[in-house]
Amino acid sequence: MRIAAVALLLSLGLAGAALAQEEAAKLESANTNIKNVASLQRGAKYYVNYCLGCHSAKYVRYNRLAADLGITEKQLVDNLMFTGEHPYDTMAIAMKPEDANRWFGTAPPDLSLIARSRGTDYLYTYLRGFYVDPLRPTGANNIVLRGSAMPAVLWELQGPQRAKFGTDASGKETFEGFEQISPGQMPAAQFDEMVRDIVNFLDYIGEPIKREREALGIRVLGFLLVFLLIAYLLKKEIWKDVH
Amino acid sequence: MATSEADHFDRLGRGLSKLGAWIDARFPMTKLIKEHATEYYASKNFNIWYGFGVIATVVLVMQLVTGIFLTMNYKPSAEGAFASVEYIMRDVDWGWLIRYLHSTGASAFFIVVYLHMFRGLLYGSYKKPRELVWIIGMFIYLCLMAEAFFGYLLPWGNMSYWGAQVIVSLFGAIPVIGNGLAEWIRGDFYISDITLNRFFAFHVIAVPLALVGLVVVHIMALHTVGSNNPDGIEIKDYKGPDGHPIDGVAFHPYHTSKDLVIVVIFLIAFSAVVFFVPDMGGYFLEHANFEPANPLKTPEHIAPVWYFTPFYAMLRAVPNKLLGVALMGSAVLLPFFLPWLDRCRVKSIRYRGTIYKVMLAIFVVSFLSLGYLGMQPPTGAVVTLAQIFTFLYFAFFLSMPFYSRVEKTKPVPTRVTP
Amino acid sequence: MAESTGFTRRHFLTVATVVTGGAGVIATAVPFVSSFKPSARAQALGAPIEVDVSKLEVGALLKVEWRGHPIYILHRSEAMIASLSKDAALLRDPLSKDSEQPSYATNEHRSIKPAYLVLEGVCTHLGCAPMPRFEVAPADLGPQWPGGFLCPCHGSKFDLAGRVFQGVPAPTNLGVPPYRYINDNTILIGSDTGKA
Repeated sequence: MRIAAVALLLSLGLAGAALAQEEAAKLESANTNIKNVASLQRGAKYYVNYCLGCHSAKYVRYNRLAADLGITEKQLVDNLMFTGEHPYDTMAIAMKPEDANRWFGTAPPDLSLIARSRGTDYLYTYLRGFYVDPLRPTGANNIVLRGSAMPAVLWELQGPQRAKFGTDASGKETFEGFEQISPGQMPAAQFDEMVRDIVNFLDYIGEPIKREREALGIRVLGFLLVFLLIAYLLKKEIWKDVH
Repeated sequence: MATSEADHFDRLGRGLSKLGAWIDARFPMTKLIKEHATEYYASKNFNIWYGFGVIATVVLVMQLVTGIFLTMNYKPSAEGAFASVEYIMRDVDWGWLIRYLHSTGASAFFIVVYLHMFRGLLYGSYKKPRELVWIIGMFIYLCLMAEAFFGYLLPWGNMSYWGAQVIVSLFGAIPVIGNGLAEWIRGDFYISDITLNRFFAFHVIAVPLALVGLVVVHIMALHTVGSNNPDGIEIKDYKGPDGHPIDGVAFHPYHTSKDLVIVVIFLIAFSAVVFFVPDMGGYFLEHANFEPANPLKTPEHIAPVWYFTPFYAMLRAVPNKLLGVALMGSAVLLPFFLPWLDRCRVKSIRYRGTIYKVMLAIFVVSFLSLGYLGMQPPTGAVVTLAQIFTFLYFAFFLSMPFYSRVEKTKPVPTRVTP
Repeated sequence: MAESTGFTRRHFLTVATVVTGGAGVIATAVPFVSSFKPSARAQALGAPIEVDVSKLEVGALLKVEWRGHPIYILHRSEAMIASLSKDAALLRDPLSKDSEQPSYATNEHRSIKPAYLVLEGVCTHLGCAPMPRFEVAPADLGPQWPGGFLCPCHGSKFDLAGRVFQGVPAPTNLGVPPYRYINDNTILIGSDTGKA
C-alpha cells in the first residue's frame, strides 16, 4: 500500500510533465518594489477593502504594519481597521475554516506568506487573469489557476474579460489572450497599477524585515572587509619569517 | 606612573600564572594547550583546502548557538510549529536573523563538509596512518545527514511534511519488516505530531551530542598522527635539531592566524547570503515550505534539499524501490572503505598518475550532475543521465583497487613545496 | 609588558585584531541577548485593557486580569470613603510612604477618583489574591474592622484603600497598577500616559 502510494507520488512528476493537457500560464513580470512606501500604503488600503473579508493575514500585526509603512496609529485605525481590533492585534478574520470550506469548497488561504510560496509574478498574473466562465459556480475562471474557487472580486474595476483559446499542432490547448467584454471602472493601466500595489503589499507582508535586513547586510559586510584587512596583515606579519 | 602600571601588569601576570599553576596541578590545561595548539606542528604549506575543517567547526558552533535560541521560541507540535517559525521571524526581537543564520548555516555546513571531504580525496588524507580520522569523519557526515533530515521536518511546511513522508516510506521498501519499521520510526500511521516531536528530540539533543562527541574524537585522532599536507609527505619524518618537523609550524600562532583570515572570508560570503539571498532562489528555503503541511495536497514537485539530491538521483535511477534504496545506501557507505580501496602508495594528487586525476574529475562531474538531476522532475532523459552518472560514481570507488595499483606516480619530494 | 620590547608591528596588529574581533563578537551577541526581550506578541498580550465601570454598582467589586495579575476595581460608597480617614491607627503605613504606587495614588484614598479603587489583587506577603470583606465589624473580624480585604492564605488584612494593617505578615500596602480614565465611564488599566 505504501509502495503504491510512493510510486504514485513519483509518477505524478512524470505525469505532470508529459501528459499536461493545458499549457501552464506564462507569468507576467510584477515589477514591484517594496521600497516604494506609497505603493505599500495603497496596497494595504486595497487589501483591507477587497481581500481581508475572506483572506486573513494572521501573522501580520497592525501596529508593525503602521510602523513599517510610516503611518501614525490614528491613520492606521481610521483607514485600515474597521472591526474594532486593537493595533497590537493581528490581521485575523472572523470566518471559520470549516464554514469557509462549506461555502467555497476550499477555505481561502491565509495570505501572510503567499508571496514567498508563489512569487510576485504569479500573484500579479493571477489577480489580472480572471475571465468569464459560465460553467464555474462563481461565473469566473482564472488563467493561472484553472478551476480556482475564488470569485473575480475585482471584476467591476477591471471590467469582465473573455479568454481566447486555440490549439497548436500537437493538439494542446493554447491561451491566446484576453478580450475585454465591457470596460471596467478603471482603465487597464490604472487597474494594473492597483494590482501591482496589492502584490507589492503581499510581498512586503511575506517578509516585513526585508528592507532592514539588506541595509544591515551592507554594514556587516563593510565591517567584515575591514576586519579581513586587519586579520590579513596580522597573518602576513606572523608568517613573514616562514619560507 | 609608568612604573606603577608596569608593577600592576607584573603582579597581574604573576597572579595569573599562580592561578594557572593551581589549575595545572588539578587539570592538564597547559599540557592540552601545548599539545594541541602551541606545540602542535602542522605543515607550513597548507592551502585553501585545509581551511574547511576550521570553518566546519565554526559553523557547528553557530548552529548550536542559533539552535538553542530558536528552541526557546519554537513549538514542536503539528498545531504550533509553523506559526512559531513565523512568530520568530516577526515578533521575536532579531528572531529573523537567528532563523536565517540557522537555515543558511545548514546549507553552509554541507558545502563546507563536501569541500572538506574533497580535500581528503585530493591529498590522500584518508590513507595510513589517518584511516581512523577518515572513518570518524564519515560518521560525522552520516550524523550530519540525519541532523539535517530531522531538522527539516521541524518547520512543518508542506515540503517538510512530504519530504519526510517520502523518505520514511523508503524504509517500507525493506522486505518483511519494512512497514512495521516505517510505523515504528513515525510512531504513528502517518507523519504526524508524534513524529514531529520525536524528530525534534533527535534534532535538538541526540544528534548534536553525538556530533560534538564525534568532532572531539575526530580532532583527537588527527592530532595523534599529525596533519597531512598538500604534498602528502609525513613531516614528522624530517625533524630539525629542536625536535620539531622542519617543514612544520606551530598551530598557534601560525595556523590560528591563517585560519582567522579564512574564517573571515567565509563569514563575508556567508553574510552576503544571510542578508541578501537567504532563500537562495528556493534552494536554501524552499518555496513550498512557506505553506503549512497539508496531507491532502502534495507539492507539484517533491525534491529533498539540495545537499541530498545526488543520492536522491541515484534512488530514482533504479526502477525497483528496494534496489534503489540499497544502491543509495551503498553510495553513502562506499567512501568508508577508501583507505583500503586506494592501493596507491602516493598520497597527494600532485604526484599521482593521470588515471587518478581523470577518475577524480569524472567523480566530481558525476556527483555535481547527480545533484542537479536530483532536483529535476524524473522524466526519461533525467533518469537515463542519472543512471550513467550513478554508474560513474560507483566506478570511481569499485575500480579504484585496480587503477590505483597500476597508475604511474611521480617521485614524491622529501620537503614540502609551496 | 610591551614597554620593554618596544612597540612592534606584530603587537599593534594583534591588538587591532583582538579589539576589532571583540567588537564584532559583542555586536553579534546583541541580537541574541535582545531576543530575550518580551516579543511583540508578549507586548500585545500585556497591552492595557479598557474597563467599563458605568454598570458597576456601589459597593461592588469587579475583577479583571492584566499581565497575569488580578486587578480589583471597587466602586466605593460614601461611607466606605469616609471610613478611610478613621482607621489610620490600625494601619502600618497609612500615608503610603513605604509602599509602592503611582503618584496619583499616594493620597488617602489611593486612587485618582475617590469613588473607584483600582488595586493589584496580589497580597504583598506571598502573592495570594485577597478576598473582599466589605461588611463592617463582622463576628470573625471584630468590632474594629472597617471593611476591606482579607487574605485567606496567612491572614493579612487591608483596608478599603488597600492599606495594610499592623500585626499581619504582609509588609506593605496593596499595589496600584498604572491606569487612567479615558472618559468618566472607562478606565484604561496598564497605561497612565497613553495607549500602549
